[in-house]
Amino acid sequence: MIEREQVLHVARLSRLKLSDEEVAAIQGDLSSILDHVDRLSEIDIEGVEPTTHVVPLENVLRDDSPRPSLERDVSLSQAPDPSDGAFRVPSPQAEA
Amino acid sequence: MTESDLTAATAAATTGLIASGEVSREEVLEAWIQRASGDDLNAYLCRVSAEQAVKGTEGADGPLAGMPIAIKDIFCTAGVPTTAASKILDGYLPPYDATAVRKVAAAGMPMLGKTNMDEFAMGSSNENSAFGPVLNPWDRSRVPGGSSGGSAAAVAGGLAPWALGTDTGGSIRQPAALCGIVGLKPTYGSISRYGMIAFASSLDQCGPITHDVTDAALLLGVLEGKDEMDSTSVGIEGGISSPSAENLSGLVFGVPADLIDDGVEPGVRSVFEATLEKIVALGGKIEEIALPHADHGISAYYVLAPAEASTNLSRYDGVRYGNRAPCNGLVDMYEETRSEGFGPEVKRRIMLGTYALSSGYYDAYYGRAQRVRSMIVRDFNSAFSKVDFVVTPTSPSVAFGLGEKTEDPWTMYLNDLFTVPMSLAGIPAISIPAGLSAPTGGGPDLPVGFQIAAPAFQEQRLLEAAFALEGAIGFDETPERTK
Amino acid sequence: MTGGSDAPEVVAGSASEDYEAVIGLEIHVQLSTKTKMFCGCRLSFGDEPNTHTCPICLGHPGVLPVPNRRAVEFGLLIAAALDCEVAPRSIFHRKNYFYPDNPKAYQISQFDIPLASNGRLNEVRIHRAHLEEDAAKMIHVGTSGRIQGSDESLVDFNRAGTPLVEIVTEPDLQSGAQVREWGQLLRATIKQLGVSDVNMEEGSLRCDANVSIRPTGSSELGTKTEMKNMNSFRYLERGVEAEIERQKQILSSGGRVVQETLHFDPSSGELHSLRSKEESHDYRYLPEPDLVPLVPTPEMLEAATESLPELPASRASRYRDELGISEGATQLLSFETKWAEFFEGVLTHDESIEPRVAANWVTGEFAGELRRQGDQDLSDSKVTPDSLGSLILMVADGRVSHSSGKSVLELMVADGADPQQVVEEQGLEQISDSGELEKIVEAVIEGNPKPAEQVRSGNEKAIGALVGAVMKETRGRADGGEVNRLLRKHLDL
Ligand SMILES: [Mg+2]
Ligand SMILES: [Zn+2]
Repeated sequence: MIEREQVLHVARLSRLKLSDEEVAAIQGDLSSILDHVDRLSEIDIEGVEPTTHVVPLENVLRDDSPRPSLERDVSLSQAPDPSDGAFRVPSPQAEA
Repeated sequence: MTESDLTAATAAATTGLIASGEVSREEVLEAWIQRASGDDLNAYLCRVSAEQAVKGTEGADGPLAGMPIAIKDIFCTAGVPTTAASKILDGYLPPYDATAVRKVAAAGMPMLGKTNMDEFAMGSSNENSAFGPVLNPWDRSRVPGGSSGGSAAAVAGGLAPWALGTDTGGSIRQPAALCGIVGLKPTYGSISRYGMIAFASSLDQCGPITHDVTDAALLLGVLEGKDEMDSTSVGIEGGISSPSAENLSGLVFGVPADLIDDGVEPGVRSVFEATLEKIVALGGKIEEIALPHADHGISAYYVLAPAEASTNLSRYDGVRYGNRAPCNGLVDMYEETRSEGFGPEVKRRIMLGTYALSSGYYDAYYGRAQRVRSMIVRDFNSAFSKVDFVVTPTSPSVAFGLGEKTEDPWTMYLNDLFTVPMSLAGIPAISIPAGLSAPTGGGPDLPVGFQIAAPAFQEQRLLEAAFALEGAIGFDETPERTK
Repeated sequence: MTGGSDAPEVVAGSASEDYEAVIGLEIHVQLSTKTKMFCGCRLSFGDEPNTHTCPICLGHPGVLPVPNRRAVEFGLLIAAALDCEVAPRSIFHRKNYFYPDNPKAYQISQFDIPLASNGRLNEVRIHRAHLEEDAAKMIHVGTSGRIQGSDESLVDFNRAGTPLVEIVTEPDLQSGAQVREWGQLLRATIKQLGVSDVNMEEGSLRCDANVSIRPTGSSELGTKTEMKNMNSFRYLERGVEAEIERQKQILSSGGRVVQETLHFDPSSGELHSLRSKEESHDYRYLPEPDLVPLVPTPEMLEAATESLPELPASRASRYRDELGISEGATQLLSFETKWAEFFEGVLTHDESIEPRVAANWVTGEFAGELRRQGDQDLSDSKVTPDSLGSLILMVADGRVSHSSGKSVLELMVADGADPQQVVEEQGLEQISDSGELEKIVEAVIEGNPKPAEQVRSGNEKAIGALVGAVMKETRGRADGGEVNRLLRKHLDL
């Protein structure tokens, strides 16, 4: 059973603001999902290497040759709050 | 030739008509735009004008030039709305095209529009779309499967000749099965992922959703290839040619009996067994095999995929693109934007994945799941030392009712029981329609999918076998079309 | 009482000289490649904001990274220069944290298997050196000085994705001065490799210091604080000294050091505490699934070691130990390649030139004259190693006195005059005929009866005045020793 506190901690890490209903629901869902997932601990993984890639590739590198960048107004065209040719955000230092 | 004839034909047949000059590209496009405009399945999130559709296809005159296509809304399309069915990207206009999108355009294929899906491809029923569920053309009270539900429903419902889908744990194969059409998940690395909005990067793969195996081969031939924009892409050596096999003599098909032992609908099981007999009739051999760890696939998958998803989805923060919620302060901006922008299933998986990666839990969950993945890879390797293919039902059940499985997440996740192991192993797998069966709870006869999996990069052999079997099955049912 | 979880027991009130400082450094080096680490955008400094961005470095949906080969080669070069072991197979990780300067909300970096480890530069061991990508620049609007009081920030992604090598040392340093000196050696070393501008003002080299103190002789480590990103090693030195003092005060007054990140304000000399990026430091590292492992080939490793130039550290020890050059001169000559080249040019002018003497001329008289004459840069000076070499030679074999030599050098620096010519034209040849010199000496004694008398009556110091007078007469062409000998003789000492 995963604790409510853990849910709140993980929500903070995930930058999600959850309502009390959501917290309760997710606490239940995660607990039952993890019950199933915990069956993995029955498997003996002694000496087994982890798989990150199924394709055996290495050293895939690119030449250091410039490609055209986007026009600035294109870069900013999708920004929720463009300002002075930049992306504006609330200042981290304004945080109380 | 009438519009309905034109749009009833397979892509291969239609391209033949274009080549012989019997119909013009314009006529074909017009006919399909007409069909797409009649979308009553909520299959499309956005449809484009004829002018927009042909952008980038000008001058192309390959064999597929003029053959329109529907594109899952998970692919970035320059200047065309791309949302991954999420509110957080509502109104987003990508500044670039996905490699797969460039390739179909370069082949001269007009884009009909962007198809609906589960939000960020997280789901097996298409009920997780922020823009409403997609209806199954066979029975509008039922789901088309997911996450590529819009693409599958559009093709099955005659709203598109074929479509691009993506598959992370079954998102091409399962909806294709539930909609009675063909869906192919190629080997991981055979098609570029560049511009494909990431769900779980080590599993995501693009693939064709089509009426038959021949169309699937044609489309795969266009899509596969190494891409310098994707470090993990390799392409398929020798490319892909149109399949022509007429029998299966000398080929051995492995059945993981333990895996498909329980949880399979009786109707699905009987169609599956009937199909095994057709394989034998074609000269193929059936052998029981063991995939000892395959039944842990779902557990491993639901650690790995959410973990990767939790970091892939962190970029949706309301800073550079997408929507920002009203907020005061920086942390508030992140939390409001993401809480408002993501749906329940996406939040659930972000939470699950973040938990699995958080300090103290990595080894117990992510690290362990990666090792179990290695063992599933081994299982397939040893199986393929004895057999040419591994076959299973694509999905444990036929299409289920809207809202039927939304209560308990794990029940929903079990839809991918037979498709997830191949995703974890990165091997190619195709689902072809094998017959009809009534759901256990009663209801109309609905399509059953048959899954065939092959060793990595053996798409050509896979397609040949599927083609031969397709001929023997002779599945020609289609859902009733709306005018 | 104890100073924090991992801190040693310390006796309250123990005097500050009973503590020793333990300092480790984290250095971020921006590589001077043409393009960014994972996309083809050009690197730039000071350009209009957001004019060097693309879907990849803006972290748009669906984009993928592809590593820059040159950045990897530069990383291997640094690894070789710092005597590191290169990992046969290293991988990239995602370091997850939310911040507006971090477009994907994860930084692609290296974690448990860095590119290089276990190195050394002089007395300091290198823990690891790894590749990663830089963050964007944030301008905090409406702020005076630093960060307090701004309510919005503007993000410029031109810098986002710039290739970085992060170098982490073992805690082998003990003082601010050592931090400055070693830091300057590291900077000179990387500059020599030509892989970075190492400009601290522009941020192409950034240095953080982890500072803790412990009772002298103790083997445990105290609670450390992190000093962020000073834009010069001198400031870092002052900041580190200030922090060591602060910690000594705390511990000797029985308090405990709190783990925090600090900023040192050089103008006020004050230390401010900074809030951290992610309140709980849980970066949720995971292997980057979009990238494949890095497996340096023998060719890549050879290329790195073969293209390694003579580095400041080894050059310094060669100058000191083999050429017997003084510490002071060694610094300038070994840290600044152009000075080293000039100096070695002087030596090759004639093998009879003594390195120690040449080093003193180059770093003393010559460098000083360049400074006096409008702070000339060595590279635009008209003086060549050969011309300075021939001057040094003339002084060495007594043709020209040391003082005349200086005035010749003055002209050489002014208009590139040829020393031979100057000496002949102005007749600066030293007077070797002691008969001629003797006459002048007698005349000087005649003309200066007072000092002469004082010397005779035992005040030997007074002889200086007479020597000066003789030098004046001879326009410095006389050999000092000889003048003294003759004066003493005629004053019958
Ligand atoms: Mg770093
Ligand atoms: Zn870029």
